[in-house]
Amino acid sequence: MRKLPHKDVVIIGLGWTGSIMAHGLADAGLDVIAIERGPWRDTATDYPPSYAPDEYRYRIQHELFLRPAQTTFTFRNTMKQDALPIRSWGAFMPPNGVGGGGVHWNAEMWRFAPTDFVIKTHLTERYGEKFLPEDMTIQDWGVTYDEIEPYYDKFEYLCGTSGTAGNIKGQIMPGGNPFEGPRSRAYPTPAQKQPYNATLFAKAATDLGYKPFPQPSGNMSQAYTNPLGVEMGPCTFCGYCEWFGCGNYSKSSPQTTILPVLVRQQNFTARDNCEVTRILLDASGKRATGVVFVDTSGEEWEQPADMVLLCAYTIFNVQLLMLSGVGKIYDPVADEGTIGRNFTHQTVGTATGFFDPKKFIFNPFIASGAIGMCIDEFNSDNFDHGPLGFVGGGYMGQVQTNGRPIETTPVPPGTPTWGAKWKQAVKENYQSTVYSGSGVHGSFYSYRDVYLDLDPVYKDRLGRPLLRITMDLHDNELKMSAYLTDKYAEIIKAMGAQMVVKKPRTGPYDVAEYQTTHLCGGAIMGTDPKTSAVNRYLQSWDVPNLFVLGASSFPQNHGYNPTGTLAALAYWSLEAIKTQYLKNPGPLVHA
Amino acid sequence: MRKLFGGLSIVLLIGATTIAGALYATQPTMPHGAMAQMHVSEQSFSQVERGRYLTTVGDCAACHTDTQGGAPFGGGRAIETPFGLVLAPNITPDRETGIGGWSDAEFANALQHGVSKDGHMLYPAMPYVYYTKAHRSDINAIRAYLSTVTPVHNKVVANQLPFPFNIRLAMRAWNALYFRAGGFQQDTAQNADWNRGAYLVQSLEHCGACHTPKSVLGGDKTSEAFQGYAIQGWFAPNITGDMRRGIGTWSVDDIVVYLQTGHNKQAAASGPMAEEVDQSSSRMPVDDLRAMAVYLKSIPGQDDSVKPLDASDPMMQAGRAIYDDSCAACHKTNGAGIAGLFPTLRAAPAVQSREATSLMRVVLDGAKSAATDKAPTGAAMPSYAWQLDDAQVAAVLTYIRNAWGNQAPAVSASEVASMRANLMTQPN
Repeated sequence: MRKLPHKDVVIIGLGWTGSIMAHGLADAGLDVIAIERGPWRDTATDYPPSYAPDEYRYRIQHELFLRPAQTTFTFRNTMKQDALPIRSWGAFMPPNGVGGGGVHWNAEMWRFAPTDFVIKTHLTERYGEKFLPEDMTIQDWGVTYDEIEPYYDKFEYLCGTSGTAGNIKGQIMPGGNPFEGPRSRAYPTPAQKQPYNATLFAKAATDLGYKPFPQPSGNMSQAYTNPLGVEMGPCTFCGYCEWFGCGNYSKSSPQTTILPVLVRQQNFTARDNCEVTRILLDASGKRATGVVFVDTSGEEWEQPADMVLLCAYTIFNVQLLMLSGVGKIYDPVADEGTIGRNFTHQTVGTATGFFDPKKFIFNPFIASGAIGMCIDEFNSDNFDHGPLGFVGGGYMGQVQTNGRPIETTPVPPGTPTWGAKWKQAVKENYQSTVYSGSGVHGSFYSYRDVYLDLDPVYKDRLGRPLLRITMDLHDNELKMSAYLTDKYAEIIKAMGAQMVVKKPRTGPYDVAEYQTTHLCGGAIMGTDPKTSAVNRYLQSWDVPNLFVLGASSFPQNHGYNPTGTLAALAYWSLEAIKTQYLKNPGPLVHA
Repeated sequence: MRKLFGGLSIVLLIGATTIAGALYATQPTMPHGAMAQMHVSEQSFSQVERGRYLTTVGDCAACHTDTQGGAPFGGGRAIETPFGLVLAPNITPDRETGIGGWSDAEFANALQHGVSKDGHMLYPAMPYVYYTKAHRSDINAIRAYLSTVTPVHNKVVANQLPFPFNIRLAMRAWNALYFRAGGFQQDTAQNADWNRGAYLVQSLEHCGACHTPKSVLGGDKTSEAFQGYAIQGWFAPNITGDMRRGIGTWSVDDIVVYLQTGHNKQAAASGPMAEEVDQSSSRMPVDDLRAMAVYLKSIPGQDDSVKPLDASDPMMQAGRAIYDDSCAACHKTNGAGIAGLFPTLRAAPAVQSREATSLMRVVLDGAKSAATDKAPTGAAMPSYAWQLDDAQVAAVLTYIRNAWGNQAPAVSASEVASMRANLMTQPN
């Protein structure tokens, strides 16, 4: 193994959090290297507008994602089952390459609600401890909304976020989300224009007494120059966002917001196509000395560094901690260990509305990944859960992100799945159907028996054990999804639909059907080293010169998309590193 | 690779070679006695710093640093000429392989007369025809700065040209035809800004090296100075005050912003100009950029007799359909673009240039625009070579050259085919 020159900081993974941390620490004068498993990616060379809207290439063939042959996971619903390897991605899409999931997301720019950060305390106070299922393991985050609000703001301004504020410094604003936490100022750009389906949804929701608002969008409503001087163009509503890179410099991504500045920093280096295989610890096991990575020719390299920042996708963060011997792997039977616990996903329900083709033309292809009108009445604890017998919730909205020809062909129940009758039904319904996408975007709280560990049987191409996912949906989430989907369907009906087909999430958890790529937890933040892997600054309790960024730190997943929160936490952690850790390297919290 | 002094025809150069001997006696020589007095005697900090700045203005590093990880000024970068490659020499102070053993007079003789220390003639890939106008104090300052850079031992055999172009004596004939030694002359009728700008543009900045049309022997057509020239597979556009093809409609501030950042609300620098902005003009102070803008805008425009194609022309109709389908998402249906990101095509000088070289190149090959500290985005145009055939590229370019009030000659499919073939073999 060859040893490379020492660096101040090594960053594993150059997606959103890696880019934020690399830029901030290089800016602070540190010598920073980022090591990225996948290729370098840039707009004009990797997803130019001349072929970015290629649904077969990107959506069906998964061009931008990790190849399961490179590494995969094993999956089982319950601890009694044998887990088997996932051979084709389904429920979530593991990102790969520079920009990470930030390249192929929808750019839905949500903040979590203030109560979400103290959810255990809040629910216990309001409903009593017995109201929560016995095996539910939700926790407070160890950080509050007010503490990270400035960092939400920072990320939203980095991205040029288009939206209508609902609460500025405590004052409720017309047209925005009245349930959101107070924000320090308005969004940097006005909300995107809404297509007909979303406009109709908003009208129906208003008639039913709800307060609809435009979904905050990382797809620009107008040209924008961010605080780093990087410029973005206005969204053209092509409807090729999620699963695709944006060819028009319109969607927030590391490429369109940070990387142009980062690559100009002389004290920053990036290595692409290099996969970090483990974090190196010294003899005490309490200090990281660098990382080992393998290049495409299979050669191993050691990159020594004073600090290690783990910035990969949720599940790879957890896997690397386990393979490196950082912390103790979670044991659900003994309820001990921290690495792998509180693993969560999302509980998405949908309802499809079929309208009279003679009266409704929705032109669903006029879309963006974060377009749409939403309501937040059924999210977090914005409604009384007492009589309902479940906790959690989600936003819901008419957020149809595309009208793409392969994927978006909704037909009424009973239609044959192929042949002339199917074609006829697609033709009749394409223009007159609203299809919610992730329209009922429910939370996924954490449970003792939903977790990650190392598979005892299956190994990757380098001989390392695969990560094993044990995950199922619990009654709480199924009740929540059923209730929310009913409420959502009422609005679709009120829009004038002739028929509404409801599809709440049902068990068992299906790893083959796409929901979202919002895997969370497994290396969660908290105040107690016995039940969390990292402290409130995302610093490892076990190895203080290791920070673990990303949604792996979420103690449970709430009813919003996670990127805004994981980016805000990255800025929060960056600030702590710059103002506290660098002056006095060591644990930032003494538990 | 860089390419300079295009346009020479092989036959004519051979002809020039044969008359070189006859002109030998008339080629300019340096007054050695006088120069010997001006040895570096005052390598003060301020002179070195001034030299550092002027080296940036002259963009010396661009050619004299190997882009493949070479040491600064260590030489070795291949300069493409129509006859073969010339490698830029090592100009670090290394005594054996660089210019450490040169006197200031010898340095000045090379920069301002195209004669090397050992007496051999330089090829005009080295822009001595422009540097001859520089003040001697500026040349000395550049020398003073170059004496402070890290010496690099790197032997560069500059002349890689095949016979007969490797016969340097040919340059004596060329110099007799195209080289006029002598310093910059102030124009007392103009203000100080104009004169400063004219000095920079004509001497160290050597703008004419790319932007002035050349004769068949590669010499400047001085009567058409700065009216644009196809070089290195790009068209270096007209930078006179011409209202249509030049920069007459740009304000002085527009030009300054462009040179500082590589972008303004009308245009984006790409190709060799992006390199110039990155290496040189983005590092210059506003006063000098402003002076250059004042001077360039004062150069009169030319007769504009091109008639626009009618919108009903079949090529225009085909071009419009392709434009709306493939281009309008970024450049907008009305050609307005997005400031700083997607260049304006409407009323754009580069779009209406005499030759469509750059346009064909950018559509076929794509192009990354300049990225600078002030405008770091560096947005890029993707390649359409795989998607559009020659006739389609010709149609869409003909359309943008004649839509929205633009006027420029149509582009033919055969021109596009020829560019496509060139790009297949173009080393850069």
